[in-house]
Amino acid sequence: MLDLLRFGSDGWGDEIANGAVMTLMVAISAYLIGIVVGSGAAAAKLSGPAPLRWLAALYTTVVRGVPALLVIWLLFFGGSGLVTWVAGLFGYGGRVDLSAFAVGVAAVGIVSGAYATEVIRGAVRAVPKGQLEAARALGMGRLLILRRILIPQALRYALPGLGNVWQMTLKDTTLVSVVSLAELMRQAYLGMQSTRQPFLFYLTAAILYMIMTTCSEALFRALSRRAERGVRRAVAN
Amino acid sequence: MPPAPIVSGSVPAVEVEALHKRFGDNEVLKGVSLNAAEGEVVALIGSSGSGKSTLLRCINLLEIPDDGIVRIGGEQIAMKRGRHGAMPADGRQVERIRQRCGMVFQSFNLWTHMTVLENIIEAPVHVLKQPKDQAIAKAEALLAKVGLSAKRDAYPSQMSGGQQQRAAIARMLAMEPKVMLFDEPTSALDPELVGEVLKVIRDLAMEGATMLIVTHEMAFAREVSHKVVFLHQGRIEEQGTPAELFGNPKSERCRQFLSREGQR
Repeated sequence: MLDLLRFGSDGWGDEIANGAVMTLMVAISAYLIGIVVGSGAAAAKLSGPAPLRWLAALYTTVVRGVPALLVIWLLFFGGSGLVTWVAGLFGYGGRVDLSAFAVGVAAVGIVSGAYATEVIRGAVRAVPKGQLEAARALGMGRLLILRRILIPQALRYALPGLGNVWQMTLKDTTLVSVVSLAELMRQAYLGMQSTRQPFLFYLTAAILYMIMTTCSEALFRALSRRAERGVRRAVAN
Repeated sequence: MPPAPIVSGSVPAVEVEALHKRFGDNEVLKGVSLNAAEGEVVALIGSSGSGKSTLLRCINLLEIPDDGIVRIGGEQIAMKRGRHGAMPADGRQVERIRQRCGMVFQSFNLWTHMTVLENIIEAPVHVLKQPKDQAIAKAEALLAKVGLSAKRDAYPSQMSGGQQQRAAIARMLAMEPKVMLFDEPTSALDPELVGEVLKVIRDLAMEGATMLIVTHEMAFAREVSHKVVFLHQGRIEEQGTPAELFGNPKSERCRQFLSREGQR
């Protein structure tokens, strides 16, 4: 039965492997978008002018309040409609279809960013004020303080939460299979359908997801340890 | 006694004129004027809430005064009207002024993610753009001066409060400030650690540093300062030499304060 997972034209091995690579690509791209959007929204919430603050609050409230699947559908169908309409304004008559990859990454990134916003905001607020005052009192400028003091210190508080956001983002990529993007979940489904071996294909997918999450968990633990240097820890873990 | 301050013919190191600061409805400073000559040690005393810490924090713009003038070495900090009241007109000037005014905090505020050495070289390297090896050499000399050579590579969390505060003083000294502001530098320390920090500050005073010290250590204020300023409810109630103010306070409030502090 494991023959079905052979690489090459008569097995599903390469399809599954490509699917896993696609899953990682979607997850990593979406996560990076999430971090960037989340940092921006957190900055807006913490110290932006009122309109930006409201916009950021609206974003996190709405996106966290609706299912991720809905965001994907909305972006997939609504997104190409919107782009078609905009293209029409510029004189382009045809229908524009967005790539499943772009929509998937954007949708999962938007969801990821909404959760990252709260993690980052909380982490920045957890940095003691005195740490920043000391920097200001030495004549350090805003960007220098951000880069040398605030971000390294906030990272310590943010990393556990950002690790959770990563796990969530990785698993949210499965939802992108609904727009026929050939990621791991989609490939497992296709393999299962053509071979009638659900157990084999879904178990394989499960193992691959576990490998990804376990490895990334170890990576985040190592990053956390690095970010916590200099801090005495009450309980070693 | 530290050496006499340079008074005649030179610009005061710090000049504060008619400073006002309010937090909401609470007016913390109600028009405070104060001068410190070069090399002068000024002790600011008063009960909590008298505005002494706020005054210190207004001098290096950690708090933005609502009204009044601050001059450091003759350079006036330019202010403008912002949407939320007064604000500094030129951020670069504020940064420059802060480089010349070192500050030591009650809670040390060493950066917890850096070693002692990294704490000390941070601003010289990134603000003054000193070469790193030069900054390290100087930091090591300063650590020797405050008696912390052995703690060069320790993190703040691995040190006692007294050691942290001495390291924070070394961090301030690395910028070669013209004025040193001490905001209750020993108030957060266990009693047995107060002495080691006061000794470092005393040594600096003896070297002729210009200092403004907010403190509750009356004996120390009496010993190291040229001038003692007693604040009460946002105003300077009385000021004078330590001998005058501690020996023969004129105002009733100052008298009461000193007797509460057990200094008379």
